Formats: sequence, C-alpha cells, structure tokens
Amino acid sequence: MNWITNYVRPRINSIFSRREVPENLWTKCDECGTMLFHRELTDNLHVCANCGHHMQITPRARFKALFDSGIFTEVRVPEPVADPLHFRDQKKYPDRMRAAQKATGEHEAMLVAAGEVGRTPIVAAAQDFSFMGGSMGMYVGNAIIAAAEEAVRLGRPLVLFSAAGGARMQEGILSLMQMPRTTVAIQMLREAGLPYIVVLTHPTTGGVTASYAMLGDIQIAEPNSLICFAGPRVIEQTIREKLPEGFQRAEYLLEHGMLDRVTDRRHLREELVTILRMLMQQPPPVWGELPPPAEPVVASDTEESADTAQSDTQS
Amino acid sequence: MTHYLDFEKPLAEIEGKAEELRAMARSNEEMDIEAEARALDKKAAGMLRDLYGKLTPWRKCQVARHPMRPHCRDYIDALFTEYTPLAGDRAFGEDDAVMGGLARFQDRAVVVIGHEKGHDTKSRLTHNFGMARPEGYRKAIRLMDMADRFGLPVITLVDTPGAYPGKGAEERGQSEAIARATEKCLQIGVPLLSVIIGEGGSGGAVAFATANRVAMLEHSVYSVISPEGCASILWKDAEKMREAAEALRLTAQDLHKLGVCDRVIPEPLGGAHRDTEATIAAVGEAITAMLGEMNEIEPKGYVAARRKKFLNIGSKGLAA
Ligand SMILES: [Zn+2]
Repeated sequence: MNWITNYVRPRINSIFSRREVPENLWTKCDECGTMLFHRELTDNLHVCANCGHHMQITPRARFKALFDSGIFTEVRVPEPVADPLHFRDQKKYPDRMRAAQKATGEHEAMLVAAGEVGRTPIVAAAQDFSFMGGSMGMYVGNAIIAAAEEAVRLGRPLVLFSAAGGARMQEGILSLMQMPRTTVAIQMLREAGLPYIVVLTHPTTGGVTASYAMLGDIQIAEPNSLICFAGPRVIEQTIREKLPEGFQRAEYLLEHGMLDRVTDRRHLREELVTILRMLMQQPPPVWGELPPPAEPVVASDTEESADTAQSDTQS
Repeated sequence: MTHYLDFEKPLAEIEGKAEELRAMARSNEEMDIEAEARALDKKAAGMLRDLYGKLTPWRKCQVARHPMRPHCRDYIDALFTEYTPLAGDRAFGEDDAVMGGLARFQDRAVVVIGHEKGHDTKSRLTHNFGMARPEGYRKAIRLMDMADRFGLPVITLVDTPGAYPGKGAEERGQSEAIARATEKCLQIGVPLLSVIIGEGGSGGAVAFATANRVAMLEHSVYSVISPEGCASILWKDAEKMREAAEALRLTAQDLHKLGVCDRVIPEPLGGAHRDTEATIAAVGEAITAMLGEMNEIEPKGYVAARRKKFLNIGSKGLAA
C-alpha cells in the first residue's frame, strides 16, 4: 500500500501562516507560572515540564507526534452546506468561521487521518478546541462518519481525541442531529468488529460528551480534563451551592466509574499501541528505533511548517 | 382559570370583561348583557386568530412551555389502555421525570415512554419539571430493550427543557446515559415513533427522539439549546431570547423544512391548552398514521431505515 506517497505535503499558505509563530519564544504555564521554552514545550507535547499541566495541543501537532515519523494521510471529509440557517447573532456565522480559519490555519474543528502508530495501522480523528471551541456541527459529524467509514474500509481501529464546548449553536438543530449521526458512525465500527478508543481531552462537554465521546470501547482521559454534560457554572446556578474541588475533572470521573483510565499525554502513544494491538489480536509491539519506512519520505521537520500545512480538503 | 402568556394580555382583558359581564348578569337577572358579551367574544376570537396566526418563534417557545398544556400523562391516559408503568433503572433508582411502561395503543401492545413535567407545584417537583436524570434514560434503555425482545413498537412523547443539570446526575453519568439512550434508539429492531408535544430540549430530547418518525405539535419546539441559553452565550445577554429563538430555527414548521420533523400536528386555535381533548385526539391520529407507515418497511429494515434517515439529515431544505 502506498499510503506514504499519498501523504499530503505541507503547502505554505501565506494567509494562514501567522499562527503560533514563535515571536514569543516563551510560554507561561497557566498552572504554575513557569516560563517554558517553545521548542521544549513542543517536544514535551505541550505538557508543562515543571508541573505536568496539559495545555491545548492542536490536532496537527498531536498527529505529528502520534504517527510514526510524523507521517499521516488526511482523510477527506465531505463538505456540508455552509451556514445552513443563515445564522446571525452579534456576528454572522460565516464571519465567525473565517475568523476561526484565519486564527487556526485550519478549515474546521476536526482533523481525520490514517497512518501507523508503533507500526500499528489506525485511523485517528482529533477535535480542535481552538476552532470555535471545537464545536460539533455538520462538518464534525461528517468527519466522524468519514473516519468510521475509512476505518471500516481499511479494517483499522479508530482513535478519537475529543475536545469541545458542545454543539455548534450556529447550526441550530442540525448540530444537535450530529448526536444520532455520529452514533451511527460508532455502530458501523462495532459491527465491523473494530475497536473504538476515545481519548477525552480538556474540555469535553455538552452534546459531544453525550454522544460519540462516551461510546468508546475504552475511555481514556488526559489528566485534569473537564468532562461533563452540563458545565459547572450551569450546575451551580441550578442547585445554588458550590461544587467540590475537582468536580467533573478526569480523576473525579475515574473515581465515579465513568472512565477506564486517566493517562498523561506523554505516555498516551505507548498506551494506545499496547491496547490496540491486544484488541486487534496483533503480536506485542516492538519498541525502540523502527526501521525507516519503505520509501524515505521526510515529513515537515519543523513545528512551524507543520502548523501551516494545508490539507487537500481545504477550499 | 385560564393562564395568559405575556403576549396574550390584550386578549386577557377582553375575555375578562366578557366573563365579568356574565358574572354580573348571573347575580342580577334584570341585566341584559348578552349582546355586549357576545361582541366581546367575537373580538376575542378575532384577536386569538391574529395572535396565533403569526406566532413568533419566541412566542411559540412560550406556548410550548404553557403550564396548562397537555402533558405526557394526559396523552397516556387518553390514548392508551392498560397502561402499566414500569419503574427503575436496575442500578440506582427510579426517575419520575420519565414515565414509561407497557400499554395498548388501539389494542396493539406497545411500550410508551415520555417526559412528564407535572401540572402543579407538587407534581412539578415530583417530576423534576420533566428534566430527567441518568436513571430516567437508563430506564428508557431498559424498556426499549424489552420492546425489542418482544417485538413491540415504541412510542415516545418528548417534553423536556433538557436533561437535569445537577451534581448527582453528573456524577452518575448523565452524558453516558444520554449517549446510550440515543444509541439504543438506533439499535432496536422495532418501529420507534416520537411525538414532540411541548419542548424538545437538546440532548435530553434526542435520547428519545432518534426515531423512525418524528412528529411535532404545531406550537412545539425542538432545539440544540434554549433561546435564553443561546442568547446569554452568543449575545452575552439572556434578554435577547427573541433574537436567539428566531436564529435557531426551532419551530415545528422550520424543522419540517429541514427534514428533522416528519409531520406537523395542527393545534386548536389558541394552542393545545385551549382544547386539550382535540389536541390529544390529533396526536392519536398522527400516531395511528405513523404506525401505518411502518407497515411499508420490512420488519428487518427498521434499524437501517432509521440510520439512513439520520445520516441524510442535512441534505434537505438548507438555506444555501
Ligand atoms: Zn506548570
């Protein structure tokens, strides 16, 4: 299979090239205040080296670290009708979309890719919280369906990284309808006997949690992620009392039986490979240096160019 | 006593005057007020027609939430026989926000499930205003499973502001319960029909309404978020609920155009609460018709038809 040659080569798009350019080479950890050097932070998967706080990581950066040699093929997502309701609040929805595209350099709130992780072929989907709060609209729904169909077609497991404030209000009922639509996608995987692993990241809330993000064969969360249906503020307003420390955080959910594991992002790759290979009845993984791919393809070797890579699905 | 909504104030005045006149006439036989009272009636009827002929989306939300609107229990009592409530999720508890059990619909054994809001302060508290906890969804899952095993159609009546945002509900897995209920809706190999009789509040409604057919009463609403919630997030002002209700396209008429609602059930003039009996009868007719439509699907095809229906949503009636 020549999936490597299908690899979408990074293209520079000047309009979108301004994101996370390290003018400011240092990032301050919101948790402990330590100043972290850009390069080290990237190497450490955006986890604070001092206190272990997990910061936002973009789907593209995550995939680059997840897939062997940082190589992956983007899976095409069918484009839905833009602005189906002609929604306008204080701003027009298309204007909000354009602003999000400009700020993130991404087309929408989910990235789907196929590739190998520890020489284990998988399909992965990751939600982008920096894109309109990762909100689930028709595109995200289509992306999950496309991911499941690709996984079924290739006979691979699906790993999904969730991150969202919930449904995309600007698509009204059509965003709500992504709950059943994505559930159908998960059922396709089940029927094909393929594992579906969810990695819940900070934050995963609302209709997203109440659909595909809670239907995994295995549910893993990153430390301290907020995972809930109703957010803490809404609950405090309803019950008029202060919520306990750590309420609705990953560790709290683990204690209450809602998760299988809480795993540090830095160990996630290894853990996913270990679990997936068992579920897929494959021999144990071989760790350490892997032989180079059949055809030497050099992925983008700097964070900057990876971040500006544009997919073929971009229009 | 009639409960008037804020936009019905002028109507309340006229109907009140007519009522007063008639009360006076009852205590004083010499008074002849009938002509005047009838003129007021006529005026009120005209006003009702005007008001309800062009309800804005926000006003529809208000009508959908009207306290005197017929609720789940009223439909079950009137349309079903041998209703046998079945309780509990077999894991934690019983949730009174969700009614459910075995019943007969026109002699045919079915499973009926619905949100019940309650009709007075006490029953509203008992039913938690129709806001279900995980146990309610898990009870529904259990009942749908049973229906599937014994080949009974499932009829759901949706009327909820949303799933309950409470501490215990979250701890016991509100999200998971809703996700599994939606999943169960998509799995059962029997007809699943849903009627939105009042409020279809977000995920709490989807969990019951992922059905082969979704019918909506004329002034019911179905939305991803309440107009108040949407307004406070996007307009940063909960008072902008009128604008939000407009933008969300949450009315039965809009949802019919978008292919989310299959059938709009007409309400009596002035809303369901002005003629409960006629409303319930109309819902009964709609259920009969939808059950009839299920005969056109091969028994093995209910699941596939349901999935296809939802996968196709988004390709019909869109603005662009
Ligand atoms: Zn830190």
